[in-house]
Amino acid sequence: MNNKDNTIVSLENVTISYKSQPAVKNVYLDIPKSKVTALIGPSGCGKSTVLRAINRMNDLIEGCTLKGRVLFDGIDLYDKDIDPVEVRRRIGMVFQQPNPFPKSIYENIAFGARINGYSGDMDELVELSLRQAAVWDECKDKLNDSGVSLSGGQQQRLCIARTIAIQPEIILMDEPCSALDPISTLKIEETIHELKKDFTIVIVTHNMQQALRVSDMTAFYNAEQEEGTSGGKVGYLVEFNKTEEIFNSPCQKATQDYVSGRFG
Amino acid sequence: MNSNLYYNPSLRRNISDKVLTLLSGLFSLIAILPLILVIAYVIVNGASQINLSVLTQLPEPPGDDISAGGIGNAIIGTLIVTGIAALISIPIGVGGGIYLAEYSKPGVFTKFIRFGTNVLSGVPSIISGVCVYGVIVSTKIILGSNFSALAGGLALSILMLPTIIKTTDEGLKLVSNDLRKAALGLGASKYITITRVTLPSAITPIATGVVLAIARAAGETAPLIFTALFSFYWAQGTQALLEPIATLSVLIYNFALEPYKTQNELACAASFILVIVVLMMNLLTKLIGYYTNSNKS
Repeated sequence: MNNKDNTIVSLENVTISYKSQPAVKNVYLDIPKSKVTALIGPSGCGKSTVLRAINRMNDLIEGCTLKGRVLFDGIDLYDKDIDPVEVRRRIGMVFQQPNPFPKSIYENIAFGARINGYSGDMDELVELSLRQAAVWDECKDKLNDSGVSLSGGQQQRLCIARTIAIQPEIILMDEPCSALDPISTLKIEETIHELKKDFTIVIVTHNMQQALRVSDMTAFYNAEQEEGTSGGKVGYLVEFNKTEEIFNSPCQKATQDYVSGRFG
Repeated sequence: MNSNLYYNPSLRRNISDKVLTLLSGLFSLIAILPLILVIAYVIVNGASQINLSVLTQLPEPPGDDISAGGIGNAIIGTLIVTGIAALISIPIGVGGGIYLAEYSKPGVFTKFIRFGTNVLSGVPSIISGVCVYGVIVSTKIILGSNFSALAGGLALSILMLPTIIKTTDEGLKLVSNDLRKAALGLGASKYITITRVTLPSAITPIATGVVLAIARAAGETAPLIFTALFSFYWAQGTQALLEPIATLSVLIYNFALEPYKTQNELACAASFILVIVVLMMNLLTKLIGYYTNSNKS
């Protein structure tokens, strides 16, 4: 089903551990290009951990190690010659809490582009990015106001615009709507629909309806007590398929139980 | 059941409440009394001595009871010595604070630096003076000069360092990790993240710490007696950095102890200037906080 040519990121037997405790193990996942892939599952199943592994944000967490391979365009991102800064320029990230810089809206967008050596028309880029993130109309008259002065939903779309401005190939979103109200959530989801024309998107969400609404592919993770240990649960990938398959005719019983709201 | 709800002043708990409130009020009044006394004393005795010639003339050597001259060279000297101290301690202190907050990994070395900083901030100022005297002044290690503005600045910078390191370290630790993640997630290097995002966000506490450290250093006497000494002449040219230099605090120390009234009055004038400068510095920190906060949101 998955043509290898359409795969942009491929996780091969990835196990991620905090200290010596594995958080998620033996994940195989092929993320298709120019599609929205949702990662769903109960708390503690390691879906955010997997997401952060894709642009090496886990490097920032003390004691976090990864085994296996994460291939991006066929290159192993965890090869020791890889520069994580360069990886994050190609694979941008939007976080759970909106985190605009305490600078003007304009500077928020220009910051990433400038440090990436963008030399074109900055005004044009700012407008384009804000338009793509569907926040231009609300911001265009106050580009010099602080990004922090916007509402939560606007801040999150500003953060998306900021990520778009560095022209990454992939945008990772870690529960981007969990701190937002339903209307802002709807707007972000519309934004995601627009964005997938130009970008590959991987989104972690707790909200199954959201996964159903925005994604083309869905990966369901679950966690279970590891045998012979007293420690925490270990996450694993249960099922990865087209979103409608996952929600309408899942192969696994655990998936069926989760998407129908019987646990999680 | 039929006890009434009205306030009864003769109740034991109400009496002790009143007494304790009164007592704590009294003690806090006593606590700020020294501050009021010092400022009142300096203003009453010092402000009347201030005139243009006091601010611009050189001090006369003791013994001439007609006029003690002015404190012009001491004002310039304090600016020079404190300026040297700031030039040394701000880069080192801010740099050290950045290392502690942003780069260091928790471990023995980091703990040692933080502990050392705390110890250094508790070192009596006279010790830093004696130390610089022993290392630089008595050995004439800097171009053969002994007492000098440079040595004085160095002694003061030792006193400023711990304050600057600590406020930088703590100011940076207050910056939300979300901001660091935001910058790193956009492909910013650690250097860019620190210089463009975290450091600007922490500029208020850092600037406040720097100004407080400068204010403290400007009033120090003990370390300067051993290092900058005193001079009755103007600081002239770059050569002045390697020569003894007058400062307000040492001028106060020298002249307040003279048996001559005119000299004592000059010390009062210098005290007034010094207290005003320190007060201004403290007000400046409030201003920095006010200005940068209103700028952010």
